[in-house]
Amino acid sequence: MSQQVGVVTFPGSNGDHDAWNAFANDLGVPTRMVDYRETDLDGIAVVVVPGGFSYGDYLRCGAIARFAPVMNAVREFAQRGGPVLGICNGFQVLTEAHLLPGALLRNESLRFHCDWIHVKVENRSFWTSDVEVGDILRLPIAHGDGSYFADDETIARLESNGQVIFRYCDANGAVLDNANPNGSRRAIAGIANEGRNVVGLMPHPERATDPLVGGADGRRIVTAALSALQVAV
Amino acid sequence: MSNAWVAEVVVMPKAGVNDPQGEAILGGLHDLGYRAVSRVRAGKQFRVEIDAENEAAARNAIAEMSDRVLANPVIEVYEIESLTPLTGAGAER
Amino acid sequence: MPEAVVNSIAPGAWREVALSDDEYALILELLGREPTPVELGMFGSMWSEHCGYKHTRPLFPRLPTDGPQVLQGPGENAGAVSIGNGLAVVFKVESHNHPSAVEPYEGAATGVGGIVRDIFTMGARPIALLNSLRFGKLDDQRNRYLFDNVVGGIGGYGNCLGIPTVGGEVFFDDSYSGNPLVNAMCIGIVTEDGIVRAKASGVGNLIMLIGADTGRDGLHGATFASVDDPEASHRGVIQVGNPFLEKLLLEASLELLTSGAVVAMQDLGAAGLTSSTIECASRGGVGAEIDVALVPRREEGMTAYEVMLSESQERMLLVVEPHGFEQVDAIVRKWSLHSSVIGRITDDGMVRVMDGDVVTADVPAEFFTDKCPTYVRPAAEAPHVVAARETDTSAFSDLKPGQAPAVLLELLSSPNICSRKPVYERYDHTILTNTVVAPGQADAAVLRIKGQQSGIATAIDCNSRYCYLDPHLGAMHAVAEACRNVSCTGGRPLAITNCLNFGNPERPAGYFQLDNAVQGIADACRALDVPVISGNVSLYNETANSPVFPTPTIGAVGLLDDVCRHATMVWKPGQSIVLLGAWSPVLGGSEFLSYWHDAVAGQPPSLDLEGELRVQELVRDLIGAGVVRTAHDVALGGIAVALAKMAIVSGVGANVQLPRTVERVDAQWFGEAASAIIVAVEAGDEERVRANAAEAGVPFLRLGETGDSGLTINGGKAIPLSALSVAHEHGFA
Repeated sequence: MSQQVGVVTFPGSNGDHDAWNAFANDLGVPTRMVDYRETDLDGIAVVVVPGGFSYGDYLRCGAIARFAPVMNAVREFAQRGGPVLGICNGFQVLTEAHLLPGALLRNESLRFHCDWIHVKVENRSFWTSDVEVGDILRLPIAHGDGSYFADDETIARLESNGQVIFRYCDANGAVLDNANPNGSRRAIAGIANEGRNVVGLMPHPERATDPLVGGADGRRIVTAALSALQVAV
Repeated sequence: MSNAWVAEVVVMPKAGVNDPQGEAILGGLHDLGYRAVSRVRAGKQFRVEIDAENEAAARNAIAEMSDRVLANPVIEVYEIESLTPLTGAGAER
Repeated sequence: MPEAVVNSIAPGAWREVALSDDEYALILELLGREPTPVELGMFGSMWSEHCGYKHTRPLFPRLPTDGPQVLQGPGENAGAVSIGNGLAVVFKVESHNHPSAVEPYEGAATGVGGIVRDIFTMGARPIALLNSLRFGKLDDQRNRYLFDNVVGGIGGYGNCLGIPTVGGEVFFDDSYSGNPLVNAMCIGIVTEDGIVRAKASGVGNLIMLIGADTGRDGLHGATFASVDDPEASHRGVIQVGNPFLEKLLLEASLELLTSGAVVAMQDLGAAGLTSSTIECASRGGVGAEIDVALVPRREEGMTAYEVMLSESQERMLLVVEPHGFEQVDAIVRKWSLHSSVIGRITDDGMVRVMDGDVVTADVPAEFFTDKCPTYVRPAAEAPHVVAARETDTSAFSDLKPGQAPAVLLELLSSPNICSRKPVYERYDHTILTNTVVAPGQADAAVLRIKGQQSGIATAIDCNSRYCYLDPHLGAMHAVAEACRNVSCTGGRPLAITNCLNFGNPERPAGYFQLDNAVQGIADACRALDVPVISGNVSLYNETANSPVFPTPTIGAVGLLDDVCRHATMVWKPGQSIVLLGAWSPVLGGSEFLSYWHDAVAGQPPSLDLEGELRVQELVRDLIGAGVVRTAHDVALGGIAVALAKMAIVSGVGANVQLPRTVERVDAQWFGEAASAIIVAVEAGDEERVRANAAEAGVPFLRLGETGDSGLTINGGKAIPLSALSVAHEHGFA
């Protein structure tokens, strides 16, 4: 069976096309959309939970999507060590589904915020295997609820375990308050689970795979999928 | 005699005003098997602590700020669910 | 003649649906009987300015609408032009002014929803949004509230739908106080043979409704958009948009249109089920019979009248062949939506509305459309406008030479010139990964088309102050500027869409503005060879009898043969700065005069359309040849502001000598003129540009060179880049 990247789509997902485009067109790997009603992930070697407004983001971002039938399969896939990437709303879904700790609160500004920002790679994970710790990536953000929150104990655990994967910084890599676009605790932009196979982040690597549309730093994250596809094949 | 009051104000979409949030939550509940749910309306609740001479003054002030700020009278209605003296022990200061 | 009608029309009831006594008499004559209440409501909506274009239809034949690139002109949900390789772009601009005045967040949001439906109804996938917003001055709390919430509503809806908002304009003037203008434009892409028209056909075909249930939202929105005082006349329930539902509707509709089972599709916008049914039937020359009892309701106890006139959002009307029903229903369910069959196409040309067994309306479709009366009103320019225009601007005291840099900093932080970043950062402009040139980087947005070498450029513009002082000239400027902005990024303008925002046309002064502005658009479009392919009209934009500035907003779309060869405002150190085009700046109608002297006065800049065409062609050619990668037209605030903005965006200063074509300091720095474009080129290419300009008959003037950390003008003290940036970035604070 051919091994594919699976892009999970919920009603209201809108980053699915961009994720599909990044993997299928820019990376040229077999990719298929996985409907939220599907119950198994046969043939899927990499799962991407894309951005958007699943169920309109009503109630709480990701709060309804976590109950979609496909999420049981995603949970099993993650528990088996399968690589999962949650981008923006996908990150929110993964936290609501308890595949990642913490929660994403409204931006400190209380406003949606779209811009190109910088993040620093803080630790290794499946999704940072093609970048070095300390690298600075320029990526777009576009969210209203991206302020990462977890209680002190969880934050301390994430830090000591090296589960903080990306932190907001300025162009030179300095982690300063004015480089934190949404008030995230400890400028956290992305985290991993303990197994390092599940990563969620608010910035959009899938929107940054071609210099013509602003930058290609995101390509260095999505290329990590190649190793899983090779192993699986 | 306490001069501090606490009010619970509930803001809901006006009757007839489209409530996409309530509808999406209803759909989500149906998907989860809660088929018996026929309607969901989503609103907001505020707990407001205020200093005022007496209950009437507190109520007037809460009503005014509800009209002006807490609710958007074009699409929402509000109700002051309760207004009670703020006692030292229960106060969330 | 319907038999079951019980209600008769109370004397004067027609005025409540904004019909005049004469119009009601015409209805009696057409029908040969009294209308039913439902019919009266339908006439009120269909004969409103919003649906019937009573005052503007006689003016439209002036507008050029043809061209080899035009695939669909005005008259459909949106216009379409070919961009080659079998692809087309579909676009249109529409107003949502009155709803936004009452409830700015939802008004603006549903405005976006409406224009997006117009685009995907044509079979096109929406790829970009733009908007043109106008408010009263921000020192008024209500205006600030409107501004904040309109921006929030546009972002809230577009971001959730996943369509990038890539461009727009925001303008402040007292004339818009309490009557904001909210114009939204959408661009879609489709294969040429995938364009779908909303033309019903096939007697016996099913009429289906998909999307949201019907509530009492926005009852009489169409008529409400056609009377002076929206707050007083508004009786229905405010429409609340649901972008989540619209996203499902968008995906379902595009899939339905490729399924082959759908004959026609029409969105439900102003006047809801009434106008969608009538327009669909009328375009196809057929009749339609619908039963309001079959329409799913959100509320109890709704009457036929309310169902027919509800403006509940996120609904689509489909005409489906009976054998295609199962297929349509399956696609609709796949997207978690439901559908209802509410009627059938008939062969008698009648629009018949049943409520179960009761006939509540039975009228030939053409009575609502073709028989809608049109008006040519008396026109007379308001004397105070003539006086304002004839003001001698030389009577204003000039700036002292040393004063100009400080005034420049102040202008950079003024509401009409300051950075729009606080606005556009609330819009998702990177989603769909087509945005090659993002907001704030250039005069127009540039988008790639995946899989193609070509790209498109788009801008939306209107200098309504010019239009106030001289509607004919001002409207020509609006067309020229929108096209110039597209050209400054390298795009060849293919077509425009317009949104005519005016006051009450029943007043001679109002009609004068409308009449002359339409003529101005027509004249500029002919000279620049760009057809009008779609548009929208919003009249009666007045508060307390005081109209807004006449505002014919122009949205332009252009084609770049090679999207990699485009220009932005960004220059590099060591380049030569050149002004292309004639330069004779004036103070009349300028931002400087308004801001500094609080005067809307004087003769706006003249416009030589032939010169305009030449400079645009030259700049496009230079960009296409890869010689120019930096271009910016001189607009609000004049040449000093234009240079300062380029320096700020680039993070690189410049040393320039302003043209000495005028004596006055203020006019030299801040005077405005049309048809002038600043470009930056490598020093080695300067002679080539000079030669090309001479060949094209375009004046060439070297202004100076880039470099340094400040902007030095006329050999004065350098203004540090940091000072320019701080001023520009904090205008809305």
